[in-house]
Amino acid sequence: MLKLITPVMQVVEWPMRALQRVLGPRRLAWAFLAPNLVLFSLFAFLPVILNFVYSATGSDHILLRDRSYVGAQNFAQLLNCQSYTDPNSCRIDVFWRAVWNTVSFVVLQVTFMVVFSLLTALILNRKIRARGFFRAVFFFPVLLSPVVVALVWKWMLQDQGLLNATLQNLGFGTVNWLLSPGWAFGWSVFISVWAHMGFYTLILLAGLQAIPRDVYEAAAMDAAGPWRVFRRITLPLLMPTMVVVLVLALIKGVQTFDEVYAFTGGGPGSATMLVIQYIYQTGFAGTPRLFGLASAASILVALVLVGLTAVQLWLTRRNANG
Amino acid sequence: MASFLTRTRGKGRLHWTDWASYAYLLLGVFIMFAPVLWLVVSSFKTEAELQHYPPRLLPYIQKTITLPGHDEPLPVFKVTRGELAGQEVAQVRRIGLVSQVVRPEDPQTIVKVSISDRAPVERVALATTNYSKLFARFNFPRFFWNSLFITVVATAITLLVNAMAAFALSKYEFRGRGTVMALVIGTLMIPQTVVLVPLFLVVREFGMINSLWGVIIPGAATPTGVFLLRQYMLTIPDEILDAARMDNASEWKIFWRIILPLSAPALAVLAILSIMWRWNDFLWPLIALSRSENYTLQLALNSFQGEFTTDWASLLAMTVLTLAPIAAVFAFLQKYIATGIASTGGK
Repeated sequence: MLKLITPVMQVVEWPMRALQRVLGPRRLAWAFLAPNLVLFSLFAFLPVILNFVYSATGSDHILLRDRSYVGAQNFAQLLNCQSYTDPNSCRIDVFWRAVWNTVSFVVLQVTFMVVFSLLTALILNRKIRARGFFRAVFFFPVLLSPVVVALVWKWMLQDQGLLNATLQNLGFGTVNWLLSPGWAFGWSVFISVWAHMGFYTLILLAGLQAIPRDVYEAAAMDAAGPWRVFRRITLPLLMPTMVVVLVLALIKGVQTFDEVYAFTGGGPGSATMLVIQYIYQTGFAGTPRLFGLASAASILVALVLVGLTAVQLWLTRRNANG
Repeated sequence: MASFLTRTRGKGRLHWTDWASYAYLLLGVFIMFAPVLWLVVSSFKTEAELQHYPPRLLPYIQKTITLPGHDEPLPVFKVTRGELAGQEVAQVRRIGLVSQVVRPEDPQTIVKVSISDRAPVERVALATTNYSKLFARFNFPRFFWNSLFITVVATAITLLVNAMAAFALSKYEFRGRGTVMALVIGTLMIPQTVVLVPLFLVVREFGMINSLWGVIIPGAATPTGVFLLRQYMLTIPDEILDAARMDNASEWKIFWRIILPLSAPALAVLAILSIMWRWNDFLWPLIALSRSENYTLQLALNSFQGEFTTDWASLLAMTVLTLAPIAAVFAFLQKYIATGIASTGGK
């Protein structure tokens, strides 16, 4: 490894030494920062600004000079609804279907995720045998790629798959899981909880283990009942971690795309289409490529995410300080 | 409910809450492992066996026999009824409901047997045909190479670039440091998912669409990485740096000879995260790579399931080969991965 990087580093050494002579050691900091800042500017900040330009222009050309200014038309189109709760009354009904799908998806996913990660973390925090093994078992799906997760479950759920065969064996009928809108949606929530709960379990477990033991010992002295100990000690002391988990899960939940797209492709119909998939399909997969509309939609999503991230940063700061 | 909630346990004998805990954990093992295991086992089944309904748990292969006068190995059946009942025969061909078989002792005399009167002779064995087909028929090595190239190169760039920035932010006092930190935090708020369209334009202007570099470069600088490394570098005492400066070492030399080796644990965590991000990355490659020879494994997997709706045989083998490298890394580095991910909140 060292043999590999040494020549590279030595090549850079020479210009950096020259720079140091010109700038002095203090301002050399900018030379160290430069590559990172250039990448951030080009691929994060510049796109944010351009996103607004795209959202205010129309046509299916990607080059900005070919695009015509349309003002707030893209937003107006997206937001043109008789009633926001009824996608059918909207000009762009798919977008609102995706929005409401995402809302139900996030609510269900985050609820189940928090409940099951908390339950798992509580159990793993007890004195049990082979804790490391069990922890690894719950954690390993986190490492699987979204496409692999989708295919693993598709193979289980396919028409003549293991689940249907088992159901039939037990005397139930078979179900065409991914062709029924309700089941497809339910399974999408399930696989995303399955894939990610290990991550949150780990964070909650770390939070539980950070609770000082003497608090429990003091409670035992006072002969406090277990339920009371849980409500009065464990839960309040775990709260900061819980909130971080909640916000993190919300941020990731809103951005869900990969596993559901690979799992159902958004179908049947648009039953499992989430808002990021709408952006992808509007901007890149359909014809004409409606870049303006896609940008406008992504700005709406970004607003939600910025709000959530601000909450997250505020919470981490507060936790770190107190 | 009682002690389950508090981590204390009745002394000596197992309390019922312990039984409940173990039951929950074992159910967890089943739900987490069984589907993946089922996929792996299935990938070693022959195409005929994959069609078998209801599916059997273990992979079976039908016995074959090579007889003089027949070029191909012939599938072996056991006759269940009729005059040959109880004997093993080799099937030459099947026409409708009638199977033309020969006895191994007499390979020239064809006997007709109804297909309902015979059962295949099978044994449990792993069929590797799905895998060999993957290499023969599809461009699998290409996809694998693309994924590997992106993962390795991107991780190397990420480590270097982020470590340089973290070094500047942790070891130098300079005007504008606070602003730079704020900018780094700012990028945390800009996930790729919300800037897809303009990112596409920027990458296109650099001529990197449909090139692996178009996947590697945009995500190379990560705010998570800068934070992680900076926090770690702050713990390295400045005296070491000053001593090196006394010896007339250049700042660059200090960076790569002293700071980098001392930050090895943090670099390892970032390397693991980066490998995972890159190997599993899906949405941006989906947009940036549209020609199939540039596909990563993830893209190839996804497109296969559309192209060949029924070709589960190849798909299963490919899925196994896609998850295998990550599984191997996990098996060795489980502990580090878990702590790394938990400590950064980055996934």
